[in-house]
Amino acid sequence: MRGRNEPLGAELVSRDAWKGRDVISILDFSRRELESLFAAASEFVGPPKPRKDLADYIVATAFFEPSTRTRLSFTTAALRLGAKVIDLSPDVSSILKGESLHDTTMMLEGYSDLIVMRHPSEGAALLAAELASVPVVNGGDGSQHHPTQAMLDLFTVKRLKGKIDGLTYTVLGDNRYARSATSFLYGLTKFKPKMVYIVSPETLRPRDEVIKQLKGLGLRFEQRAELEQVIGNTDVLYLTRIQKERFPDPNEYEKVKGSYKLTKEVLAKGRSGMIVLHPLPRSTELPYEIDSEKSSAYMTQAHLGVPLRMALLLKVIGGGRS
Amino acid sequence: MGAMTLARRGNLPQNDDQTTMLVRKIPDGSVIDHIAAGKALSVLRLLGNPQENGFTIAMVMNVSSSKMKRKDIVKVEGMEVSQEQVQRLALIAPRASVNIVRAYRVVAKRNAVPPRTLRGILSCTAPTCVSVREKDSAPSIFFLSGKSPLRYRCKYCGRELTEKEISSQLG
Ligand SMILES: [Zn+2]
Repeated sequence: MRGRNEPLGAELVSRDAWKGRDVISILDFSRRELESLFAAASEFVGPPKPRKDLADYIVATAFFEPSTRTRLSFTTAALRLGAKVIDLSPDVSSILKGESLHDTTMMLEGYSDLIVMRHPSEGAALLAAELASVPVVNGGDGSQHHPTQAMLDLFTVKRLKGKIDGLTYTVLGDNRYARSATSFLYGLTKFKPKMVYIVSPETLRPRDEVIKQLKGLGLRFEQRAELEQVIGNTDVLYLTRIQKERFPDPNEYEKVKGSYKLTKEVLAKGRSGMIVLHPLPRSTELPYEIDSEKSSAYMTQAHLGVPLRMALLLKVIGGGRS
Repeated sequence: MGAMTLARRGNLPQNDDQTTMLVRKIPDGSVIDHIAAGKALSVLRLLGNPQENGFTIAMVMNVSSSKMKRKDIVKVEGMEVSQEQVQRLALIAPRASVNIVRAYRVVAKRNAVPPRTLRGILSCTAPTCVSVREKDSAPSIFFLSGKSPLRYRCKYCGRELTEKEISSQLG
């Protein structure tokens, strides 16, 4: 449900206007809107109280790609607000067999008040948003955007570090195909980080259009090859797994698999107070032995997904009551 | 090509003014100048191959230019290139200029201005883009993202098409 000619990333609305909005890219939101979301989400952190804010609403989750955290945290968030949830199950075979995204979207629009969609094609959520008369929330489109993950990641930084501005961030891993990494970088453009280091194996560096976008938005960043060069300056280390499923060529995956891994030894070189974030699920880059380190914050991050998405659903459907 | 060889032999300095002399002036029609070298035939195709409809064509290919090193020039006698054609021309010859000639005089100059939005003209090169995967129901929409060199950005996946990719899709 958006203006048809609106280019992605255009901040058409500068005031806090969440109601009825599609959530396609974090670039579509202003700093002020994100801050108001974080403030609302803070209200939901802690022991849940039964709420009926969205009792008259139905949220549809349509995941054309496997997902656990994003789908379940949206479902939990909706249920905690009293909404009902219908789910287009991840058993996608029947959809892949022939129904177009167009027809699926038109069906869901008729059944629900908001659609959360994950899809392997870049631009799927945007296309669905153009077709549907109800708001569409992008739960991940190919290797492009994952706005609610980025919102949740920034919310986690805000809660654990007390601020987002002025910190040094290192984004390590698959910065080419991991939409969480791209979206986190896009999210940082809304704030004033001291510095952002992008560390990836050569073939997993951000795509040209992403680099161009980050430059255009004035983000201070540098690309580095080794984590050890920058870990001593890092306040927030953001790690992603290699997105095996998005490699056009399986041989390319074989070449880089296991090419980076966080170890206790490397972590020991980090400055005190550093936090480690990871959108999960993990692969070999984040061994379980890191979980007990003081800096590991990814479980907290995962848990904050529910309050963040509660605030988001309430703002988009209910118009910002909190 | 013949005209160019002649110019070389005669040691004529090849600036823009000289090259226009390589082909005789036309009484009526269109002179399309500053076409990237090698693109003259694509320009003719984009104009609907006027030579097949009885129009006389004169072409200068790979000639020196002060503005763009090497360029092509196309003259179509008796046919006035429309504003809409000029817009499309901008996609394969972004620096082209079109002079409309009547009775040996230039009566209108039309610069190729690439449209800000293109619908259904280009195809995205990202194999997983929704505009490719769902092309039966999804539109192809591109936004102008650079003029020199020419670039268009897919609305759905953000992939940019380079000038070369654009002209190869259209040429
Ligand atoms: Zn595309």
